[in-house]
Parts: sequence; C-alpha cells; structure tokens
Amino acid sequence: MAANKISTFLKYILLITLAIIFLSPVYVIFVTSLKPLDEVSLSTMWALPTSIDFSSYSQAFEELGPNVMNSFYLVIPATFLSALLGAMNGYVLSKWKFRGSEILFTVMLFGMFIPYQSILIPLIQFLRSIDLYNSIAGLILTHVVYGLPITTLMFRNFYANIPDTMIEAAKIDGASFLGIFRRIMIPLSITGFVVVAIWQFTNIWNEFLFAVTITNSDSQPVMVALQNLSGSQIVQWNVQMAGALLAALPTLLVYIILGKYFVRGLLAGSVKG
Amino acid sequence: MAENIKRKKRISSDQWVALAFLAPSILLIAVFVYGFIGWTGYVSFSNWNTLTPDFSFAGLSNYLYLFSDFRFQADLRNTLFFTLFFIGAVIILGLGIAILIEKNLKGESLFRNIFLFPMALSFVVTGVVWQWLLNPSTGFNHFLKWFGIQPLWYTDTNILAGFQWGAIEFGVPVAIIAVVIAAVWQMTGFSLAMYLAGLRGIPDELREAARVDGASERQVYRKVVIPMMMPITVSVVIIMAHISLKIFDLVYAMTGSGANFVTDVPGVYMFETTFRGNYYAQGAAIAIIMLLLVAIFIVPYLWYNRKGDN
Repeated sequence: MAANKISTFLKYILLITLAIIFLSPVYVIFVTSLKPLDEVSLSTMWALPTSIDFSSYSQAFEELGPNVMNSFYLVIPATFLSALLGAMNGYVLSKWKFRGSEILFTVMLFGMFIPYQSILIPLIQFLRSIDLYNSIAGLILTHVVYGLPITTLMFRNFYANIPDTMIEAAKIDGASFLGIFRRIMIPLSITGFVVVAIWQFTNIWNEFLFAVTITNSDSQPVMVALQNLSGSQIVQWNVQMAGALLAALPTLLVYIILGKYFVRGLLAGSVKG
Repeated sequence: MAENIKRKKRISSDQWVALAFLAPSILLIAVFVYGFIGWTGYVSFSNWNTLTPDFSFAGLSNYLYLFSDFRFQADLRNTLFFTLFFIGAVIILGLGIAILIEKNLKGESLFRNIFLFPMALSFVVTGVVWQWLLNPSTGFNHFLKWFGIQPLWYTDTNILAGFQWGAIEFGVPVAIIAVVIAAVWQMTGFSLAMYLAGLRGIPDELREAARVDGASERQVYRKVVIPMMMPITVSVVIIMAHISLKIFDLVYAMTGSGANFVTDVPGVYMFETTFRGNYYAQGAAIAIIMLLLVAIFIVPYLWYNRKGDN
C-alpha cells in the first residue's frame, strides 16, 4: 500500500511538472501583454508587471480589430456552408449508398490530407479569373471546398449510427428522400452540426496558408495580421502578445465552453471515427 | 443478387435527388483537388519561372534543379528529422499522459484540459509565443542556467553527427529541435485524446482477467493495454506524419528558414520561391514532391480503412 501511495505521489509530481511547462506560454503571454512598453524586455520576460497596463490591448485591438472582423466574415458563412454540404454528402453516402459510393468517398477523403501547396498555384489563377482573388468571398469558397472531405466524413460517421430501420420505416410511410433528410436526419444530428461547426470554425479561424496567399491588405484575416505584427520594423512585444491572445480568444472560448464537442471533432478527424 | 434486381427495377426519383445532393461536391472535389493537382503537375514541368506565365515544356529540369539545390536538400533533411522527433515525442507524451490520468485520477479533467487546449490555437500563435520562450538569451534559458546549460535553440547552426552528403551536411540539425518542441506542445493533445478514447474502450474484464492470471499492473499495461493501442498508434502516426510533411505556418511564424536553412522546410521554400520570387514552376515542383511524400503515408491508410469498412 505504501508503494502505491508513493507511485500516486510521483504520478502527481510528473503531471504537475508537465502541466507547468504546458502552461508557461500562457503565463508569458499574460504578463507580457499587461506590461507597458518600457517595461517589456527579453531579460524581464518572466517577471510580473509592476503595474497592470491595458494599453497594449487597446493598441492590439486597434491594429487587429478590422482583421478580427474579416475573420468573422470569413468563418461564419464558410462554417455554415461546409456543414450543410457535409450533411448532404454524409446523408447520401451513409443512407443512400450506391455501387462505387465507398470508393467515391475514399477519393473525396484524399482531399483532406493533401498539402494545400499542391493546389495553390491553380487556385490563385482560378480565383483571379473569376475576380475573387484578394477577397473574403474567395477565401470562403476555398474553405468550403477544401472543408468538404472532413465535414462529409464527420456526418457520414454520425449518420451511420442512425439505424437503417428508421429510414426504412419512414420510406414505407411514404417519406421522400428530402422529407427524411429534413424531418429525421437533421433533427437527429444537431450534435453532429455542433461538432462539425466547432471543428470548421476553429480550423478556418486558425488557418494561415490560404489566408496569406489569397488575400493582401484590407481583406486579411487576423492570423495574417498577427504574423505581420512581428514583421514590422520595431516589434512591440507587449502588443504582439496582446494580439496573440486576442487572435486566439474566439477559438479558446469555444474550446472552454464546448470542449467536449471539440474533442469529438478531433477524434472524428482520424478517418475511422 | 436479389438486391441488384430490385435496384435496377426502380431508379426512383429519390435516387436522382440523392445524386443531385452529391453532385456539387463531387464536381468541386474533382476540379479543386484532382484537376488542380494535375495543373500543378503540368506547371512543374514548364518554364514558368517568371512573373508572366510560360508554359513551354521544361522536362524534368525543375525537379533536377531542386535535388541538386542546397536549400531543398537541407529541407528534406530537416523534414526527415522533424517528422521523426515530432511523431516520437507526440506518441510517447500522449500515451504516457493518457496512462497517468486515465484511471479516475483526482483532477483528471483539469489535467486533460491543460494538455488539450493548445489544439484550439493556431500554429501562428504557437510560433509567435515559442519564438520568445526559446529565445536563447532569456526564455527557458533563464531557468536552465541553474543547471548550467544554455542551449542556442533555433539559432544553433550545428548539425549533429553530420557528414557531407550531396551539397549539404547530413545529420541532425539542432535548431529543428526547437521547432519540434513548439509543435509537440501544440499537438500532444491530439494523441492524448486518441489514446484516452482508446483506453476507455478496453473492457475492464480484460484487465481483470490478466490480473487474475497473475499479471502485475505493469505487465497488464505492457502485455495487454499497450498492444491494444496499436491501431490508434497507426492513426496517430499517419495523421502526425501528414501534418509534419506539409508544415508551413509554425516554421514561418517562429523561425523562418534560419541561418544555412537549418529550420527551413519544403512548405516555406515553396511559399517563398513561388509567391516572393515568382519561380512558379519550381514552387509547383516542390508542391508535387510534398504531395508524393504525403501520399506514401495516406494512400495505403485510406485504402486499408476503406477495405475495413466492407
């Protein structure tokens, strides 16, 4: 028994040490963002601020505010559209299978794993040709299209759990394809929509490669603007840290409030689900 | 057989609507994924290394150039070691923490959340913060000086166990370890969540049976639990490998290419050469090589999973 106690104790020591290391970035962001500029230096980065100063937040907000709004304009429609299309695909691929539908699904899934560098040059040429280059609408289109594999996967796995007998019964009662979708599948998959929406929201909010190549200046989402803050001549570290926190806040809040669903999305992304 | 006859009998209006549901997505994937990959492949064989498109045929010259290029050789070396260290650390930490907290440990959900929350962040935020934390003059070195060590982290230009190979010194680039640390901080939550779900899926009776057979707690893990985690480990390896092979934003935000390209990766090279240098054909060639590397992992995985479904 004594050995058991010691091992529990060691377990906690190990976990707490790891937890401190994992949280140290959060600590540095917080203390740095609360310092006035003249107090910020690399040599005192671990020290607490002598007085709490919110000016870096107001400055970060001033610089990143428009980009935060861009991110919202991007993320909300893109999330909605890709969830809707994902639900439609998932419904067909789970309840209306046809010959070759499994192969078709696998062929779609491949699109989720490709390095987006491999489609970037034609994508930009294409967006230019339809006048959507350097626009939020162009980014929305991009994220909806490349979000299709993952949202389809998530809904397909979700719908696979709805018993086929239920669909058969509805068919016997004369329900049509659309009727079943509207009156059975959608109401039963509210959780699925939450999981998919959180997943897409987080991913699109955090995405950088498309954002930095498809948009410049006014239509840039927040992650690009945050990266640009460190590229400027004089780096104001307190502003950058406040900006990092500001940029991370929406997804962090989603995680804190709806963490359970976020983790379900995480697990669903591993194909098998 | 009977099913086939039934299906042929009535291609009902419902089935047409089902196809119509799927059609837009199929079309989009066909064009935006497969069509565009084909187009990128076409560009990679062209002479389009200027601002204005030039699709004249260049044969393999862009690829040949890359494989003799110092920077690209360094990228492949860096990617190799980044991938190995990153996957290894994510699996060991994820499984280790999962085993530590799986059994109703007090504060389990708090610990789980602490290790998982970085997953909700952007690689850009991670890069910005870890650039500071691993700054050699302060950062973690502030504490490490108590132990008398002051690593140079991402500013270190040393190649461990290096030997001349092609145009580069092949070996472990020390600087890449700093990027690995940041990536591990962010992605450990993924493997932790996967392993926790896996561990919870093991029926208690199974462990009980092993204990009844006289297995010690350690043996229960070594002989029963960890082997059962094999499919999960395969998934984690595949998912992490594809993230690692295409990584761009973390490196771009945290270190950039580094001196002598010690922290450069193909994703950064592709971005800079294409969009800053206008070497489109060369960028396309890098992208195709990245795609092939990812496909080596992903195609068998998808194929295997598809078969598993039937």
